[in-house]
Amino acid sequence: MGLALVPVVFLAIFFVLPVAGMVGRGLQSDGAWDLGGIGEVLGRGRTLRILWFTLWMALAGTAFTTVLGLPVAYTLYRLSLPGRRLLRALVVMPFVLPTVVVGVAFRTLLAAGGPLGFLGLDGSWAAILAALVFFNLAVVVRTVGGVWEGLDPRAEESAAALGASPWRVFRTVTLPALTPAITSAATIVFLFCSTAFGVVLTLGGLRYGTIETEIYILTTQFLDLRAAAVLSIVQLLAVVAILFVAGAARTHRERAMPRTSLLSGLRRPHRGDLTALALTGLVLVFVALPLVTLVARSLQVGDGWGLANYRNLGTTGSGDALVVPVWTALDNSWRTAVDATLIAVVLGLIVSIIVSRRARSAWGRRVIATMDGVFMVPLGISAVTVGFGFLITLNRPPLDLRTSAVLVPIAQAMVALPLVVRTLVPVLRSIDDRLRQAAAALGASPLRAVLTVDVPIVWRPLLAATGFAFAVSLGEFGATSFLARPDRPTLPVVIYGLISRPGAENFGMALAASVILSAVTVALMGLVERLRVGSMGSF
Amino acid sequence: MMATSETERDGLVVRDASVRFGTTSAVDHVHLALRSGDVLAVLGPSGCGKSTLLRAIAGLEVLDSGSVVFDGQDLAGVPTYRRGFALMFQDGQLFTHQSVAGNVGYALRLQGIGRSRLRRRVRELLELVGLPGYEDRRPATLSGGEQQRVALARSLAAEPRLLLLDEPLSALDRSLRERLANDLRRILTETKTTTLLVTHDHDEAFTVADRMAVMRAGQLVQDGPTVEVWRNPADADVARFLGYATVLTGPAAIRLLSLSGGRRSAGPDPAQPQVNTPDAGTSEGLQVAVRRSAVRVDPAGELGGVVESVSAARDTMRITVEVEGLGALAGVAGLDERFETGQRVRLTVDPAGLAVLPPR
Repeated sequence: MGLALVPVVFLAIFFVLPVAGMVGRGLQSDGAWDLGGIGEVLGRGRTLRILWFTLWMALAGTAFTTVLGLPVAYTLYRLSLPGRRLLRALVVMPFVLPTVVVGVAFRTLLAAGGPLGFLGLDGSWAAILAALVFFNLAVVVRTVGGVWEGLDPRAEESAAALGASPWRVFRTVTLPALTPAITSAATIVFLFCSTAFGVVLTLGGLRYGTIETEIYILTTQFLDLRAAAVLSIVQLLAVVAILFVAGAARTHRERAMPRTSLLSGLRRPHRGDLTALALTGLVLVFVALPLVTLVARSLQVGDGWGLANYRNLGTTGSGDALVVPVWTALDNSWRTAVDATLIAVVLGLIVSIIVSRRARSAWGRRVIATMDGVFMVPLGISAVTVGFGFLITLNRPPLDLRTSAVLVPIAQAMVALPLVVRTLVPVLRSIDDRLRQAAAALGASPLRAVLTVDVPIVWRPLLAATGFAFAVSLGEFGATSFLARPDRPTLPVVIYGLISRPGAENFGMALAASVILSAVTVALMGLVERLRVGSMGSF
Repeated sequence: MMATSETERDGLVVRDASVRFGTTSAVDHVHLALRSGDVLAVLGPSGCGKSTLLRAIAGLEVLDSGSVVFDGQDLAGVPTYRRGFALMFQDGQLFTHQSVAGNVGYALRLQGIGRSRLRRRVRELLELVGLPGYEDRRPATLSGGEQQRVALARSLAAEPRLLLLDEPLSALDRSLRERLANDLRRILTETKTTTLLVTHDHDEAFTVADRMAVMRAGQLVQDGPTVEVWRNPADADVARFLGYATVLTGPAAIRLLSLSGGRRSAGPDPAQPQVNTPDAGTSEGLQVAVRRSAVRVDPAGELGGVVESVSAARDTMRITVEVEGLGALAGVAGLDERFETGQRVRLTVDPAGLAVLPPR
């Protein structure tokens, strides 16, 4: 159990400390705690507006994502359609796209001259909502689809044999079996929607803000740390509550789901599937449209076509919008992501091994459940809070890391860590402990038993988790935007820099850079997808 | 019952072993001994703690009290993989990513045995368990019975000092179970493997084991040679668990004993204690367990009664008769005979199928 200390200490230094520092800074004046500010901040009209907007935007985003995700999960995981693997990969793609890129893609799509410009949605809340749905569909489709695929069709068949209509079978047999997965996915989507940063910042501008963007604006522009700290606390409490619900739904699912591997649930589509097929088609168009637009627009130069935007990536933009050329930023991103992935995978593996062990005592089970939950928290906590917390707590000896280049990979690793854990834990939990015991009884040492039993099963998910962590690190924007030194920006930071500067040339470069960044992450995820790890990207 | 004499210094000795989960005692002060070369079946209903006992012997559970000793060496602190035992689970737990040969040769590879010897040994073992030529098959392509045979070969490969079998045949269907039980007995005797087998099936225990230990609610209630335990169950619960269909108490027990000749026949085991008809004074707590097969419909029988129910079984008719002064008695009749409920019949009782239970 000494191994457990490594991730715990890491989490304490690089997550708890910065968040506590940020909160403490906001709530202390002259060294004394000043809690009166909480009521004052929460009573402000602007704060209430922000909280209200965050809440209903997240609720609407969750509702739309869930309702649209279910038919897609059904179509892609239950019907034997040609090319379903490719379609599954397409639906998952937005999730690994950098949030800034998603923002840029939707702006291009909805801008006055864009393909959907006639809708007049540019800069509206509807654009933010659409982007949130676009981004989170993967969570619902993968989580619910994975369970749906593994459902034993015989339960549904026996209900049908007892005279239940297809709708009744769905309502009385299928839906109850899926409910824990749906709950789990919906809570995670709610979490992502309510803490979205890059998408809201790029699409909402100054008109719309959520808690997350408000914390950013309060800290960077108004320097109102107290208000930022209050909002961080509100967010922290909400995130812990949401994760608690998600965790409860997940344990329920892992306990209640006897999966079948013998029987394939896939069947040929028939007429009753038309609605689901049509909805899936629409969703696929919805997912493809912003991406296609992004690529097309990046190739537009003035009134014609050309590669000028890509050629400009070697420059620092018009009016020297950037400190370094875009290619240099890509190189920075790549190097940072390698470090971040290494940290996330090593720590994630340790956490997963510990969390997936079955404890004998009630006390041990509680410790494991707590650890499982605690390492999910970075998933939802404001990346801005973490980023800013790094700057104000890790700035004095013994940990003076402010100017060090290690802060960015560490912050990115914090974001990727929960995803690694969630990919590995279900796999490790699915390994029957008696297999290891059988090996031990035959004379295999503990290490040898792990090599015999765990490694052959886990290497694939581990590789997938590595690719996943790498893609997420590449696209991380919230914390990186705080921590990256001006002379060492990553690609998402550069893209945001380009779109906040005037000039068609800069915007064109942002488009080209977005395409490059997407191409890298998508290629990576394409490779990872080939490993066929069901637990990846599901919650 | 306790085996701590000098002659049992070789083999397994479990002394005063307890395993507690929270407040419940899964294994409660159990004493057990198993001589080298013997096969012991630990028998009990599900949840009686027998698997926990097995796991504790394997080193997979930590004892809360007591000790596990093998060949005079206390195994406390010796991890599972250094005990030189082998453990086989109900569902085999084969390594699915390895071939049959890979599974069977697993322990041999751990011992660093050379390739050609390894291959020869794997072939021998597969022949022993009746699966010659299965080396390259994948576990997933095997039937349940074949998987168990591979698991057995894998366990035997290491020539374990002690083979631990956890419900080895329970996951199989009945006809396969019976056949495999015979094979298991043959293989264990041929290889002279010291074996501790845990099962809830008394037929399986009979076929495979020399000795039998009955567990109930974490405690060992009886142990001894299988035939002896079978003939002299320690109490009514053990008798019912071992397949005795009826247990009669008090006056009914005395009446049955006197009607069936007063004493049971000596039978093949000369060590049987002879049971005389007790006088009325000691009849209060007297109990007699009656096997169904000992009660037969016979026109010349010594008991008379009314048929309560009839059902067909595999090779007999099962019949329950309400006997005057005794109560309901379960028995058998020939398959070709026809009975109706309410019909009067006469029964004969074979004393060899009776067991007088020790007074409580």
